[in-house]
Amino acid sequence: MNRIDAVSKDYRSLNKMIRESEDDVAVDGALGQRFIAAGLEKNKIEITGTPGNALGAYLNGAEITVIGNAQDAVGDTMNEGKIIIHGNIGDAAGYAMRGGKIFVKGNAGYRAGIHMKEYKEKKPVMVIGGSCGSFLGEYQAGGVIIALGLGDEERDIVSNFPCMGMHGGKMFLRSECKNIVFPHNVVTSKADADDMAEIEEYISEFCEYFGFNKAEILNSYFTKIVPDSKNPYKQMYVAN
Amino acid sequence: MGIEFIYPEFEVVRNQNRCIGCRVCERQCANEVHTYDADGKVIISDDAKCVNCQRCVSLCPTRAIKIVKSDCRMRENANWADDTIKEIYKQANSGGVLLSSMGNPKPFPVYWDKILINASQVTNPPIDPLREPMETKVFLGKKPDSIERDENGKLINNLSPQLKLELPVMFSAMSYGSISYNAHKSLALAAQQLGIYYNTGEGGLHEDFYVYGENTIVQVASGRFGVHDDYLNAGAAVEIKMGQGAKPGIGGHLPGTKIVGDVSHTRMIPEGSDAISPAPHHDIYSIEDLRQLVYSLKEATQYKKPVIVKVAAVHNIAAIASGIARSGADIIAIDGFRGGTGAAPTRIRDNVGIPIELALAACDQRLREEGIRNQVSLVVGGSIRSASDVVKAIALGADACYVATAALLAMGCHLCRTCQTGKCNWGIATQNPELVKRLNPEIGSQRLVNLMTAWGHEIKELMGGMGINSIETLRGNRLMLRGINLTEKELEILGISHAGE
Repeated sequence: MNRIDAVSKDYRSLNKMIRESEDDVAVDGALGQRFIAAGLEKNKIEITGTPGNALGAYLNGAEITVIGNAQDAVGDTMNEGKIIIHGNIGDAAGYAMRGGKIFVKGNAGYRAGIHMKEYKEKKPVMVIGGSCGSFLGEYQAGGVIIALGLGDEERDIVSNFPCMGMHGGKMFLRSECKNIVFPHNVVTSKADADDMAEIEEYISEFCEYFGFNKAEILNSYFTKIVPDSKNPYKQMYVAN
Repeated sequence: MGIEFIYPEFEVVRNQNRCIGCRVCERQCANEVHTYDADGKVIISDDAKCVNCQRCVSLCPTRAIKIVKSDCRMRENANWADDTIKEIYKQANSGGVLLSSMGNPKPFPVYWDKILINASQVTNPPIDPLREPMETKVFLGKKPDSIERDENGKLINNLSPQLKLELPVMFSAMSYGSISYNAHKSLALAAQQLGIYYNTGEGGLHEDFYVYGENTIVQVASGRFGVHDDYLNAGAAVEIKMGQGAKPGIGGHLPGTKIVGDVSHTRMIPEGSDAISPAPHHDIYSIEDLRQLVYSLKEATQYKKPVIVKVAAVHNIAAIASGIARSGADIIAIDGFRGGTGAAPTRIRDNVGIPIELALAACDQRLREEGIRNQVSLVVGGSIRSASDVVKAIALGADACYVATAALLAMGCHLCRTCQTGKCNWGIATQNPELVKRLNPEIGSQRLVNLMTAWGHEIKELMGGMGINSIETLRGNRLMLRGINLTEKELEILGISHAGE
């Protein structure tokens, strides 16, 4: 494993070192450097400190672990690979991600999982341990978003306007969602046994990384949200 | 019928003396206008289905068919024009948003047609491009502030990545999905042969076309369709689409019915699912955010490719261009309000944005005033219709032009403006395999090469007439232009004098 001291390095030189490393990389003392591991295909990258925006953008197979928090746009347009954050993340995580997995121990900001997609064998998964800001899963077109609301059971698991424009994929919230207002274009229900079987492997992996009790989590009430149409705007137009 | 009835816009006129009943028209019309009546042994036509694409007219072996505009009109009214009334009917019938295709057809001023080009007489001899060398090559990308030399006085290459164009024209973005496989292939082949570039639009890049990567600009738009590491690195440049001239401020929406087969595969989304490009990039709320996307793309392509930011020409375009130049983009593409589209809400297309001529002049001026013109190249489109439009654009300050509608016309488009139906009889704006094969990519690309070769000759002739032998000398050379029938304000914005001055 290559150790890279990120202190006093700008993002361009830091990223070049990460890109050119043959082996796995440990980055110490990250402090806001952006685009870490952008487009990277291989190796494990373990980061201590706080990486900057667009961590793992266009990620293509590499595995990133952050011991700490991450900022905005984690896993932007990610295609494959894994991002594991032992802390909280900022806004717009997993924007348009098409494959791979993002695991977050803590909370997510606004617009997590926006325009997440899926295609054939590519099915992105995002698991948020805590709660999420507004517009969770906006325009969601595929993949699975799971929020667990761990840590503060009193707090709403998601803020305003979740699932706006959702037209594909699934969302699971570990809550009865009594205070949450969903838009008319989605259908909500209590996750049944099949649903729970589907998400079990993701919850297991989450618990493996962050040391939570899997049985306890799985034994909770989960709300499942799916879109009612993959063509939400079909009726809006008339040819002129 | 009854209250919902709208009289057909066109009439199919068939000369029965010439018609030999060969039924070519019937076979060629995807709109099913023509049907053979076995009893009467005649072909009958349903005007209501006709979009005036001229396919049957062009293929009728005896020239028996013509399409004319119907003279059955609403009562004349200068305020409530026939189209205006019919649009009300369409909306009252359906409750739908009006959807149109191709560029703004309204009679707004076309400034290209109010600008005249200079020529040399007596004091500065014109140049004959047939005998003397003329340079039409341009390089797009950031130019350094100064020349640097090493201790031996040798030049240090401090140039950012550049796009090299043999001709100051490129084919602008049209996605695979909005146009067909064969149309894309025609564009790719022609770009390669001409030494220019075509643009994927935001539908991804079909794997068959990776071989044309050196002549391809790959686009990243708000939907991020088909965007992945290989795609970004496949092209010669990456274009971030912030906006489009035909529909500034709104996103795109390719209906699920068009997401089939290879289109689904190339966009990397399931068949039948709508491809929705949101109006904004949800991670861009400022120039700083744009800078983040620009640099994330540069990181992903290891700083080897120029990044283009494409915006629609809107009211504050000069300030926007200044911001884009400071975001780290290498090239700014500005799309005027007459730019084409596969589908856009009519009201947006016809009422939002500004003419490219004014936007270009304002941006070039602003970037010069701020001393940052060298930091970006300017590419303009929407709509460039001819070699003289190109020359005028360069003289107003553009580095190169984007053309799309002209390229579509070269491939057989007859501007019937019904791309949104997906039934393009010319095999361009359709995914129906039977229709797609009507466009032969070899012929399509040859026609594109012909068109651009002709424009190249015309550009050289116009330049030669001005006594200019290099396109670099023409750029921003507004002294070569004069306005006609323009107000003081228009002349001021264009930065040109009136004819006679």
